[in-house]
Amino acid sequence: MAHRAACTLWVLGRPLVRLQWGKPGDSCEFLLVCILFFIAVTCLSQLPGSLKCVDRTVPEIRVAQSLPEPEAVHSPEHQAAAVAGHSEIRRYLLARGNSAGADRLFKVLMTLCAISIFLIVALIAYQLVDKSQMNWARSGLKFFYTAVKDPVTGQPQYWDPVNGNFSAIPFIYGTLVTSFLSLFFAVPLAVGVAVFLTEMCPGFLRAPLSFLTELLAAIPSIIYGLWALFILVPLLRQYANPVLNKTLGWTGLFGSDNPTGLGYLASGVILAIMVLPIISSLTREVMTAVPQSQREAVLALGATRWEMIRMGVLRNARIGIVGAIILGLGRALGETMAVLMVIGNTPEVHKSLLANGATMASVIANEFAEAFSDLHRSALVEIGLALFVVTIIVNIFAQLLIWAVTRGTPSRAH
Amino acid sequence: MVTDHAVTALAVLATILVILPLAFIFGYLLIKGASSLNLNFFIKVPVPEGELGGGMANAIAGSGVLLGIASLIGVPLGIGSGIFLAEFGRGTRLANAVRFTADVLNGVPSIVMGVTAYALIVFPRVRFLPFLGHFSALAGGVALGIMMIPTVCRSTEEMLLMVPHSIREAALGLGVPNWRSTLSITVKTASPGIITGCMLAFARVAGETAPLLFTALGNEFWSTSVNDPIAALPLQIFNYSISPYEDQHRMAWGGALVLIVLIVLAVSLVRFVTSRGVLKGNS
Repeated sequence: MAHRAACTLWVLGRPLVRLQWGKPGDSCEFLLVCILFFIAVTCLSQLPGSLKCVDRTVPEIRVAQSLPEPEAVHSPEHQAAAVAGHSEIRRYLLARGNSAGADRLFKVLMTLCAISIFLIVALIAYQLVDKSQMNWARSGLKFFYTAVKDPVTGQPQYWDPVNGNFSAIPFIYGTLVTSFLSLFFAVPLAVGVAVFLTEMCPGFLRAPLSFLTELLAAIPSIIYGLWALFILVPLLRQYANPVLNKTLGWTGLFGSDNPTGLGYLASGVILAIMVLPIISSLTREVMTAVPQSQREAVLALGATRWEMIRMGVLRNARIGIVGAIILGLGRALGETMAVLMVIGNTPEVHKSLLANGATMASVIANEFAEAFSDLHRSALVEIGLALFVVTIIVNIFAQLLIWAVTRGTPSRAH
Repeated sequence: MVTDHAVTALAVLATILVILPLAFIFGYLLIKGASSLNLNFFIKVPVPEGELGGGMANAIAGSGVLLGIASLIGVPLGIGSGIFLAEFGRGTRLANAVRFTADVLNGVPSIVMGVTAYALIVFPRVRFLPFLGHFSALAGGVALGIMMIPTVCRSTEEMLLMVPHSIREAALGLGVPNWRSTLSITVKTASPGIITGCMLAFARVAGETAPLLFTALGNEFWSTSVNDPIAALPLQIFNYSISPYEDQHRMAWGGALVLIVLIVLAVSLVRFVTSRGVLKGNS
């Protein structure tokens, strides 16, 4: 025990002796504090309990006398105590004894752990803002909506690292197109699966089927990308794209000038497979939250099963389903690897869904390690910042909607 | 009634359409992956492009190192904040804010984590801190560790909330100090569930590639040093799959099979443990 503590101290102490804090605001300090901090927590858990320090003379139990009067039960303090989950006996026991110092230290440590989550999110935001300063100072908000026009051809030059012209338009466009394409494919399927699993499925199939749909969520995106690149894209190239081009080519959405099979459509399909399990599992959750009495009431009025599902279940759960879809959108917006492998990675805007493009996440992944200049890197970080802000807003919005349904407030309004 | 049957048929069709890609993906992984797995795959390092043979031993070891660093950061911080949420902060404003922030952190795209780890560890050059200023396993591990925190935190909290109050009170009544009763009684009672949460977080970050692209960077040679660029299984799969060589595609499929087997094992284990109801008995 003592040996282990000594070893830990030695390992820790060695770099600390040489350590000199960087300039103010340098982020390495934060990291070191974090590491030190959880090592301290682990050490604390190794200490022997101070059982022998307990007061020998057991004090007279006065709990019964200090119980609040019956009319005082609804006092705010008591309710607060009930919310905090501390019974009378527990509070009494906590206040007694001589380990108050260790207890306070433990509480402070755990609180610091919790606060570190704030710090991490703040740190992410700070780093993104800080490292994108250069591009922000250069082009400001225009980065997101204008592009430099080529003086000769008149074509917009969206992304030109050599001349230092950067614009996020093609990436925002690509992200929006692929995300909405994926929702277009995934939402009907996900809701169908959720309806089947909650309302129609025979009992013996429910557990294996829900396990399989959850398994889809566990597959890492690199494997989706690998599969899409070698299996899905050739399939699309050979069978789907020519048919789409022939039948729907007149809309301009399915132009035929890309023979690779990569592009927005392939990304949309693979993203749909990836966001499907999220949408369907959350939709199932909100559908299960609809009270059974709603179903029974609608059935008792003579509705068929579909009418029951439509009026009793989907109607009550619709806000939560929208929340689930938005959460799926959040995942689709930030998805990187699978999209990076099948979208083609050209910073251009095309109307055709069969054309190559790029998304915000894919361009960062594709160019960051080999960024041409500091300005190029800071433009990429600014795209990351935009992605961060957008996904946070989308996620918060979705959480609020789902929370509203699983709490049952809006569905009771009917 | 016709609509009723039609809707049932549509729902069944949707379910089949969802299961189909899963079967496709696993089928191809098994067919293409199993044929490229052999002993060399696990014990040799990659050979130069164009040559046949070689293996991914360095990537498997590198993934182990990265996940070790990630667990070292993610598990203690996650469990600590979970303990705070369940034991100290119940119902307080701070706890609600922490819970909310954890959800926010959970939704941050992995590529943004990579950018942050780059800005934190790869970018700054501090004279007396030799582990900063270059691509390293540490940077990749930090990115993955941050991604583990929210999952570990929320599952720890949920599991601790299931532990009955009487157990805590019994420990306190025996004179055990609060911190000791929390760590040795409450956390220990909930430990199967907490380990489950850690495994889930582990399975999630094991397949992450995006945050490693410009932090761990990848390495063609054997390296387990925390201070150097390091190979990782998903990173190697990516590099091989976009290369023009057929033999490297084969290796990518093999690596993908190894990765998915590890992850499915973890997820099934989790499902097995939770379905056995380790915590159901003591409510």
